[in-house]
Amino acid sequence: MQTETIRPLRFGFHRFSAPPEFYRLAGRLIPWFGLLAAVSAGLGLYLGFFVAPTDFQQGEVYRIIFIHVPAAWMAMFIYAVMAFWAGFGLAFNTRMSSIWACAMAPTGALMAFLALWTGALWGRPAWGAYWAWDARMTSTLILLFLYIGFMALHSAIDDPRRADRAAGVLALVGVVNLPIIYFSVQWWNSLHQGASISLTRAPTMAATMLEAMFVMMFAFWMYSIAASLARARAILLEREKRSSWAQQMAQE
Amino acid sequence: MIRALLAVLRRDLLLAMRQRGDVANVLLFFVIVITMFPLGVGPDKDTLRLIAPGIVWVAALLAAILSLGRLFALDYADGTLEQILLSGQPLSLTVLGKIAAHWLMTGAPITALSIMLAMVFDMAVGPGATLVASLLLGTPSLSLIGAVGAALTLGLRGAGVLVTLLVLPLYVPVLICGALAVNASVGGLSPVPWLMILGALSLGATALAPWAIAAALRVSVE
Repeated sequence: MQTETIRPLRFGFHRFSAPPEFYRLAGRLIPWFGLLAAVSAGLGLYLGFFVAPTDFQQGEVYRIIFIHVPAAWMAMFIYAVMAFWAGFGLAFNTRMSSIWACAMAPTGALMAFLALWTGALWGRPAWGAYWAWDARMTSTLILLFLYIGFMALHSAIDDPRRADRAAGVLALVGVVNLPIIYFSVQWWNSLHQGASISLTRAPTMAATMLEAMFVMMFAFWMYSIAASLARARAILLEREKRSSWAQQMAQE
Repeated sequence: MIRALLAVLRRDLLLAMRQRGDVANVLLFFVIVITMFPLGVGPDKDTLRLIAPGIVWVAALLAAILSLGRLFALDYADGTLEQILLSGQPLSLTVLGKIAAHWLMTGAPITALSIMLAMVFDMAVGPGATLVASLLLGTPSLSLIGAVGAALTLGLRGAGVLVTLLVLPLYVPVLICGALAVNASVGGLSPVPWLMILGALSLGATALAPWAIAAALRVSVE
């Protein structure tokens, strides 16, 4: 591979955009992110399930919020990051960024699904129905469809570079559309309780609840990074299977 | 540049007129899908009047998607698309000509047909007129957004199903605003805000979609 013979800048971060470097770095980082995810998830769940006070209106059932809200946040955030890297790959024709976008999609879809699933479980005792066609549930569902569309398009195209670029265009179209979808669905119907955490208002939740929420948020971040890195590594190895470094790595 | 756009528009219209059956099939599909709903829901007039805007809009969405297959596929198969790409004219403009032709062959007749459908569903004059206006303002964005999906899935296996999967979620705002406009009119409110949003969506799509379509076509054809 050409990339191995080019001497990168000493401290340049971009040298990790060379596949072998990225592969090595990712391999070293995954256990750490995984460990952080496990520890903070344990701590967050402990805080959420045992330390945080019982909600006076909803009782114990509200505790699903500690999974529901971080998952919903991650679902939205990952789409934005994915679209950014997909667009970056489209504009500068960099392989790694497209692979990175591609690696994030399943995690994002998982988060959207998790948010919907926990939301349904929460909705049953809180609203009396698993599913209410309210604005945020519906827009999260559409977000899940967008993720699925991204993955479906990518897997329908055999040539990986063409798949990267086509999916990149789709991700960008989706990211332009997302706010429009979000607002239109909100006009369409709004039953959902307002945002639980707002940057402008004082939080209405107890401090321990908030702490547990942020610890869980951190855990979801770490998990998402670890999972995406692992997936990116696998995609990379598969695509570079003809290069010498990949064969070396695969044998180790 | 404008000449190239008009030439593409003229050519596509001419081709469509030579194969009128294809155009008619889409319209027939639109009408038949709508006919199925009363058969499934029951003939109660009040219920039907209530769900008519949603039915007509969903059928319009499906008809638009169904017609997307023809948008680029024929030109792709016989090499015309490559010639258009090589012609040196800005692709986003020539693509706009193709989409205008597509709209004239699907969106415009669907809008015209909806006058009749409003009568079939026993809608009052106000809501009926709103339905027609909402389709007139909303269907251009269906053609524009759909064309992105059509360009992305060009020449793929199972492109028809895939394009539905990609495009329907993106149609959500148009569907919602279209149905809300009619519902506002039914409820005695002014539908104008929703119609304005529909128009804004179409204008926004006209400005942005051609870039995405051009990029997608370049990816698909190379």
